[in-house]
Order: sequence, then structure tokens, then C-alpha cells
Amino acid sequence: AQDITLRDTSDSGVSVFVLHPAFFYRDLYLLLFQGQFISTFVGHLLANLVLHQTVERIHVGKKYGDIPRGIFVVRGENVVLLGEIDLEKESDTPLQQVSIEEILEEQRVEQQTRLEAEKLKVQALKDRGLSLPRADTLDEY
Amino acid sequence: MLFYSFFKSLVGKDVVVELKNDLSCHTGKRRVDMDSCCRIAICGTLHSVDQYLNIKLTDISVTDPEKYPHMLSVKNCFIRGSVVRYVQLPADEVDTQLLQDAARKEALQQKQ
Repeated sequence: AQDITLRDTSDSGVSVFVLHPAFFYRDLYLLLFQGQFISTFVGHLLANLVLHQTVERIHVGKKYGDIPRGIFVVRGENVVLLGEIDLEKESDTPLQQVSIEEILEEQRVEQQTRLEAEKLKVQALKDRGLSLPRADTLDEY
Repeated sequence: MLFYSFFKSLVGKDVVVELKNDLSCHTGKRRVDMDSCCRIAICGTLHSVDQYLNIKLTDISVTDPEKYPHMLSVKNCFIRGSVVRYVQLPADEVDTQLLQDAARKEALQQKQ
């Protein structure tokens, strides 16, 4: 059982992020964590993560908004990817930070357009006698 | 164990890891629209791999950065083995004949 080096880098307070699909339905929901890992993860059994000073970052187009979330507990089986944030790259990002209200509004609008487009698609398929596959018939793991 | 050794031999090479991340968003009775499934592909240098085929990549870039701006400031990442769909490998780094023979041997051993 090895200790993965991300643990070491977190001690110096480097930000990491977790790609977390299970959190918001349908969306690949990204959570950006800033701060330290408190628990280690050992080999593949990505142990549950406890993170403090977490910041949730929502991306819409070229804008993003940060929501401070405090302490987060993440069940390891939901973790897809852990990325180590390079602070230099972070400081010259082409993305524009906006306020929380604005990003939530943008997200709502984007969600709405997507749902409407999907409704049209489903209807179009229905009209042709087709339907979308059910999730449980797709293989998972 | 075979693919663990195989990937270990590819450490230092550039690979593209395609995730199957989207499927886990669609558990249950909901219908799935495959076209809107996000399929992130991450290009990077293979740094290490473990027995569960978790992958660590360095110097990563996302193949469709407009769609996934989240990764812009990430250089290194750890990817959980269970979410990998494909690992695209450089063709000249892989001896497919050798791999095929080794896989057959392993399959025979497992049968016994």
C-alpha cells in the first residue's frame, strides 16, 4: 500500500481539485478544493477525503465563480480525478471570475437551454419510433 | 498483473487517457443522451501506475479545452483506475505480438 505523493504536496497548501460526477445530477460537477488533505489515501482504496477550506468552483463558458464551502467529506468511490493545481498556471488563466450570483444565474440559463434542446431531441426520436437507451442497460464498471 | 507490468513499461511515454466519467452520472432509470455525454480525454506523460491501474499523469493537457476549462491550471493529476475507458498509446512503443502472447499465457494460467 503506497502513499500517493499528492499527500506530500498538499502539506505545502497546494490546491487540488476533484472531478466529482455523482454530486449534481447529470452534470460533470467540478469541485475545486483549496487547502489540505487531512486523510491519506492508500493505493486504490481511495479513502474518504476530508478537506478543509474547500471552494466550489462553477464553470460556465469562460466565466467561473467560487463558493466557499468549509469542510467537505468525500466518499472515495465517487472520486474520478484528482488534479494538482499549478499556481502559476492558475494566476494567468484566461477565465474570468464573476460573483456567485452571476455564475449561478449563468448556470441556470445554460441548464435550461440544455434541457430544452434535449426535450426536442427526445421528441424527434420518438417521432421516428426510436428511444434513448436506459442507463441501466449500459455497462457500468 | 499483466497490464500493471505493461503500463509500468510505458512510464515516461505520452499517453491519452479517455474517461468514462459520464456514465456514473446516469445511474438509475433516467434516459441517457449519448451525444451530450462528456468524454474527457486527457493527454499527458505517464508518471506511474499501481496494481489497480490507477494512473498518474504529468504535464497534462485536455484535448478539448473549451469544453472543459476546469483543467486549465492543472499540471499533474491522479486518475482512479475504475473511471478509465481507454488509454491511447504510442504505436511504436507497444509490441502487440508480445502483448498478445503474454495475454494468452495469462489467460491459460487463470483457467487452471
